[in-house]
Amino acid sequence: MDRRLWLFLGIGLLVALLVAGVLSGFASGEPDGLERVSVDEGFDEAAADHALANSPLADYAVEGVEDDRLSTGLAGVIGVVATLALSVSLFYGIRLYGKARRGKEAA
Amino acid sequence: MHIPDGFINIPTSAGFGAAALGGIWYSIRRAAQLLDDRRIPLAGLVAAFVFAAQMINFPVAAGTSGHLLGGVLAAVLVGPWLGALVLTVVLVVQGFFFADGGLSALGLNVFNMALLGTLGGYLIYRGLLALLPKNRTGTLIATGVAAGLSVPIAAFAFVLEYAIGGEGGAGLGTVAAAMGGVHLLIGIGEGLITALVVGAVLSTRPDLVAAAPKVEVMAHG
Repeated sequence: MDRRLWLFLGIGLLVALLVAGVLSGFASGEPDGLERVSVDEGFDEAAADHALANSPLADYAVEGVEDDRLSTGLAGVIGVVATLALSVSLFYGIRLYGKARRGKEAA
Repeated sequence: MHIPDGFINIPTSAGFGAAALGGIWYSIRRAAQLLDDRRIPLAGLVAAFVFAAQMINFPVAAGTSGHLLGGVLAAVLVGPWLGALVLTVVLVVQGFFFADGGLSALGLNVFNMALLGTLGGYLIYRGLLALLPKNRTGTLIATGVAAGLSVPIAAFAFVLEYAIGGEGGAGLGTVAAAMGGVHLLIGIGEGLITALVVGAVLSTRPDLVAAAPKVEVMAHG
């Protein structure tokens, strides 16, 4: 792969890390569209607690980090890295599967 | 628009979960035909970027916010099938790491946002592109409008699910009107952000925009 592509990917990853790590601390804390509708229409009470509500990263905050912006930002960076790792692994797996299928058809 | 556990009953959630699994499997089969060395890290970056962008809630009306879904963004950058898988990974990470989006509702969320929003939005993009000039402006208009419409499409999938198995006893007509209204507003933000990001990639690496009309856009890139 050419070096310019890696440069593009590196800059893109830096932008994603800045958005999740820094800009996230300034995002609106208001309820989103579905939450708002559920409150206005009176079915918000039907929501159950998330099964993993006590996980150390629940609600985009790192357990034990007191500063809100820092906690959200750290959670965002962890999420970006986890999403990148999981998706690249999945797509490599799919590529291997595609190669295997093509190999079988050719045989 | 992440549905928590409890809004939609378990049988309905399971039914849409099965449909979502079928859609994911079909997307994997289609994506497997075109994945190459270059597209894998690019699709990974798009997933990471969509995750990051989804953290940024912007205000849309008094006491209400919205954030990018990113389905059309992913579809235009890496193609619809890989795009649907990109959104699926984001939803899985959000549900299992950050307790965002219920686990019993994961199939509903994948169906609405990763499959219907992404693939439906992409169909609109292709339809608009057929009518518009095949240049940068036409591509960005098609991208923005399709992305904007993908949000109310995903919102109406929720209304359908609520009609089948909704809990809490809200009236269907008012839920539909409220969901449609607020998500049209969020869609404006979705369209603007998506056109901005696709425009930035077209300016720097037009060859990396999988769904761009190749000849014309590249000639001017």
